[in-house]
Amino acid sequence: MGKITIPEEEYMHPGHIACLGCGGALAMRYMLKALGKRTMVSIPACCWAIMHGKHPNFALGVPLVNTAFEVTGASISGIRAALDAKGIKDVNVVGFAGDGGTADIGIQALSGAVERNTNIFYVMYDNEAYMNTGIQRSGATPPGAWTTTTPVGTTQDWKKAPKKNMVEIMVAHKIPYTATINIAFPEDFVKKLQKGKDIDGPKFYHAFAPCPTGWRHPPEITVSIAKMATDSNVFPLFEVEEGKYTITRKPKKRIPVKEYLGLQGRFRHLPEEMVERIQREVDREWELLLRKEEYTADF
Amino acid sequence: MKHKWEPESCRDLPYTPIMDRPTTYNKTGVWRTYRPIVDKEKCTDCYICWKFCPDVSILIQEDGSIEIDYDHCKGCGICAEVCPVKAIEMERER
Amino acid sequence: MPKVVITGNYSLAYGAKLCRAEVVAAYPITPQTTVVEKIAEFVANDEMDTQYVKVESEHTAMAACISASLTGARTFTATSAHGLTLMHEVLIWASGSRTPIIMGNINRAMAPPWSVWADHLDSVAQRDTGWMQIYAETNQEVLDSIIQAYKLCENNDVLLPCMIMEDAFFLSHTSEAVDLPEQSEVDAFLPPFDPPEKLDVDDPKGFCSLVMPDWYMEFRYLMHEAWNRARKIIYDVVEDFEKKFGRNHGALLDIYRCDDADAVLMAAGTAAATCREVVDDLRSKGKKVGLARIRFFRPFPTDELRSLAKEVDSIGVLDRSFTFGHGGAFYSEVAGALYNSPTKPALKNYIAGLGGRDITPVTLERLFEDVLNLPENGTEQEIEWVDLKDTPPKEVS
Repeated sequence: MGKITIPEEEYMHPGHIACLGCGGALAMRYMLKALGKRTMVSIPACCWAIMHGKHPNFALGVPLVNTAFEVTGASISGIRAALDAKGIKDVNVVGFAGDGGTADIGIQALSGAVERNTNIFYVMYDNEAYMNTGIQRSGATPPGAWTTTTPVGTTQDWKKAPKKNMVEIMVAHKIPYTATINIAFPEDFVKKLQKGKDIDGPKFYHAFAPCPTGWRHPPEITVSIAKMATDSNVFPLFEVEEGKYTITRKPKKRIPVKEYLGLQGRFRHLPEEMVERIQREVDREWELLLRKEEYTADF
Repeated sequence: MKHKWEPESCRDLPYTPIMDRPTTYNKTGVWRTYRPIVDKEKCTDCYICWKFCPDVSILIQEDGSIEIDYDHCKGCGICAEVCPVKAIEMERER
Repeated sequence: MPKVVITGNYSLAYGAKLCRAEVVAAYPITPQTTVVEKIAEFVANDEMDTQYVKVESEHTAMAACISASLTGARTFTATSAHGLTLMHEVLIWASGSRTPIIMGNINRAMAPPWSVWADHLDSVAQRDTGWMQIYAETNQEVLDSIIQAYKLCENNDVLLPCMIMEDAFFLSHTSEAVDLPEQSEVDAFLPPFDPPEKLDVDDPKGFCSLVMPDWYMEFRYLMHEAWNRARKIIYDVVEDFEKKFGRNHGALLDIYRCDDADAVLMAAGTAAATCREVVDDLRSKGKKVGLARIRFFRPFPTDELRSLAKEVDSIGVLDRSFTFGHGGAFYSEVAGALYNSPTKPALKNYIAGLGGRDITPVTLERLFEDVLNLPENGTEQEIEWVDLKDTPPKEVS
């Protein structure tokens, strides 16, 4: 018999209506396992706003408030203020929002909450596009990707702009703790969230969460693809504590980016030179991360 | 709780749209096209499938063995994919 | 009760303090700034036990209040004009989630043209957000309305938000004598906020769920019923408040010297205060005129207005905003409410005081005369832009 490596308690019910193989469902499951019963969650417009199904269905075992798209940072500020007013200190307050709701429309409210040093968790479950509305490009869509608003067409109109780097934006806020997490590495995912319980202030998590529907891959490889993202250095796992960078997984055998891209229909159109360009960019970013880790080692 | 989960009139609703009916009642197993079958001989009870199930549909039994909750399993196939000993087969539902 | 001389903005701040708002989330905007400054001062001096979230926008202020209210905290905010209109989306969220947030709004004109002076368009444009609206006439009424509003809105039969309006500068920055109730008196009047449902880790529920077309209408109907109950509860609160504090600013429609009146002018906010003076003056000259002040714009005083209509021959409605493509919003509502009334006085709409222009006693006296003459002169000109600087168009020969 093996051993259970993440908390056994479940705070997410089956019967939710996420698509088959949903990375966002796993992200929620792990977040709740990590933080437990004494947690309140705020969720804006995103896949998770509808994954419970219709009224009065509820897929979570902790209190939840659904909010408008751009207000997650505001909502968790309000919940924390109300708990503080009532002297309740031992409840984790979590904003759980998609990449569009975080990196695009919700970035102001998030920036405000972090700047005010609010004692909150913020998890951006990143499926790299507006998936709930049907795969439109977001600021977190990676360059090269097809979406319904970067439809390639006859003019090779795929996403041209770079992916917005939310972790660095959070670091620039002097946030006490920020980390990347990935549904393919649940132990690391849970550990980093649990670590946040001891940090008084904002904690930001960039959670990698593949979307079979939007990425055009079969549902069974959600976890494998997510693992490849980290092991190809497309999505490195690291944390930044008070400015100090620590890479939490250094792939022993680096997978070529081409293999990662090749499994997803959203990159099918890419010419060879673009794939090479993405590889160069990934290598450069990884090198930069290594140097940040080295430079901040004494922090 | 004064409101009803299966309302017949507005009198059965809460004053604000509250969610309190666990989705567990919703049998998403009917979505399934492929059915995971666990080969108990091969299974080593490593719980990797349990860990990666997005539908909380792999149950750990009292004796430590795993069971699939076919009421909710949507048949995504992640369990079969992540199984290190290939103890789970996906069979087409009839 | 100590009498203090304070501005309308300080009335808002003292109101929040006396009502023990547990969470305040607010963002500065002219002419509201002295509200947020005063509350900051209260908190910094440990005179007010509140969590003051100094947010980065009005939109966030309102969104934070909604979530704080759903967590069971009494919340307060204040804004004006562009801040209020930025909140528009979340105002609707607040009423739909049934959170009894109380907000001060300093009525200011919308740009362009840039203006920071009194005008009602900002709040009139929020008519359909599901918020109660009180237009205050004095700084005393600003303060008292906050206490009344918490009492009304936190009633389990209501659970709706309310905004309290004061005219920019005319109230916000003008000092008046205000009776400041003792904390113990307010505490005795206003029990702690205890909503029937709230975020609770020991009884986990979700809020603001997805509702399909089969039940959405029913949820909206339940809100409508709460509004209907509120109409009556407003009278109860006003009566209880008078018993406790000895002041009565009227309920939905504040009627002044309308008994046996031939002509009535309707107005809201500080223009009504000037109207009062003019009514007294004209009455002393034997003119049968009165004032019907719109205190609540939502809920709209439909029944009160229909009762009034039985007694008077003509009504003029003064709007400090204009709804383009139609007329003044107050006027449209008055006309709509009277359409099915058995008695229909002659009506005329006066657009006046936009962007903070004074509405003077001289002007109002002329308007009263005009309303008195309506039955005789007819209402061919339904809408008049009062004191407009215009060159009369040339006669075409």
